[in-house]
Amino acid sequence: MTWSLRGKTAIVGAATAHLGEAPGYSHMEIAADAARAALADAGLSLKDVDGLFAVSMHSVFPALTCAEYLGIQPRFSEATIVGGSSAVIQMQTAALALENGLCDVALIVYGSNQRTASGKLHSPSGAENLPYEKPYGLRAPIAGYAMSAARHMYDYGTTREQLAEVAVAARMWAGMNEEAFHRDPLTADDVLGSRMVCDPLTVRDCCLVTDGGGAIVMTRADRAKDLRKAPIHLLGCAGGHTHRQYSMMPSLTTTAAVQSGREAFKMAGLSPADVDVVQVYDAFTINAVMLLEDLGFCAKGEGGAFVGDGRLRPGGALPFNTYGGGLSCTHPGMLGIFTTVEAVRQLRGECGERQVDGATIGLAHGNGGMFAHESTALLGTAAAL
Amino acid sequence: MPDAKPVPGGPDATYFAFLEAGDWRIQRCGSCDTHIFQPRVMCPSCGGEDFQWVAPSGKGIVHSTTVIRRRPESGGDYNVCLVDLDEGVRMMSRVEGMEPTEVAIGMAVAARLAEQDGQTVVVFDPAPTRAVGASA
Ligand SMILES: [Zn+2]
Repeated sequence: MTWSLRGKTAIVGAATAHLGEAPGYSHMEIAADAARAALADAGLSLKDVDGLFAVSMHSVFPALTCAEYLGIQPRFSEATIVGGSSAVIQMQTAALALENGLCDVALIVYGSNQRTASGKLHSPSGAENLPYEKPYGLRAPIAGYAMSAARHMYDYGTTREQLAEVAVAARMWAGMNEEAFHRDPLTADDVLGSRMVCDPLTVRDCCLVTDGGGAIVMTRADRAKDLRKAPIHLLGCAGGHTHRQYSMMPSLTTTAAVQSGREAFKMAGLSPADVDVVQVYDAFTINAVMLLEDLGFCAKGEGGAFVGDGRLRPGGALPFNTYGGGLSCTHPGMLGIFTTVEAVRQLRGECGERQVDGATIGLAHGNGGMFAHESTALLGTAAAL
Repeated sequence: MPDAKPVPGGPDATYFAFLEAGDWRIQRCGSCDTHIFQPRVMCPSCGGEDFQWVAPSGKGIVHSTTVIRRRPESGGDYNVCLVDLDEGVRMMSRVEGMEPTEVAIGMAVAARLAEQDGQTVVVFDPAPTRAVGASA
């Protein structure tokens, strides 16, 4: 079968809202402000939106809540919750819906007030009964990632210093991003010497807990040409998942990003060597190591040495999480939308001091649960078509 | 009564009814002999629907481990780990009888039933290291 979504749709609007702390704002207000900004970015308005893609950590019926608040009655709605992977894989569904005429303007939107509302990573899944894990007090999600990190170290000799380099590089990028929550310099010693949370991960191996929202607007490529900004085309998008409960993860050191990456690259007709900017969901430093392996940027087991040589830093060989990522920029619970917004901004050349010169192909990768769901999108400028 | 179904309901209820009776059992598929954990209404390997409820050997190897750091006044640090049972299934648990920081990947462990908050849970103790070539 040769039919493909490659280049059929494009991102025409992208925005963030209320990153950091938004005291007194509800999650829906934050999401709506992101939606408003993304539509303004596209030169469209809410009345144009007939496809809604919404997820939330705070709502049982995110599509219903969001559409009601925005005052729209979409023709197509989708709210598949696969954790922080959701917004990236929703681009695949949006492309399918747009291409088949089920909607003409798709809005993917997310917002959370988890920092000022509770100060903790909020999750409706906390109410779910998991009787085979609950008695042991698994501190989710960090304990799962910690056990993957421990196993990766055991199997491949990955070191805590290599993990720390991921956080150091993220902070260097964040230093060039006014939206970033933490911008002061961070050293490997700072990471290694900070408070241990779940061995071998310290608090600086962990993402932030912030407020914030993000949104993107997609249309079919023919309509995208006439909008306010140069369209960023969806060249490939794919997902996969391996488990729900961490103890059911088939291999602690290999994720469904093997599948999502392979399929997304295949759809796009690209390989990792073609990618100019990489935005990968860095909930924890180990994410960068394992997901870069699984996406094919290096071989399984070599991720520690790969990230450890400084290549993720500004000026390095692999521009990675150029906004500072979940580790230093923002982490309002589900990061997928923010990986995508940054990829779009880089491909449009909007990133100022942190701009990667001449970026034409970007990768946005979402990760959900404890390495449970993985989704990969390849985006490109018109030059990449 | 290894194959008896002790309570009405599905495999989850059966599992916990055995456990509460102090009798830890897991499913083994009657069609393909695969051990199954967590309990299922059909075998994930072959789709089979006939099971025996068998007592695991209790022997296992720590597949990965972490220390959940916690303030002393909240109870202090504790271990969470994944154990690969000799039967070929993996479960979440903890190793007791040693410092949580001393629990190591590759360690041989043995299961024990413990009471916790009014329910029976499977925990593990360090076991003598097995000879090279022993099943793991
Ligand atoms: Zn079977």
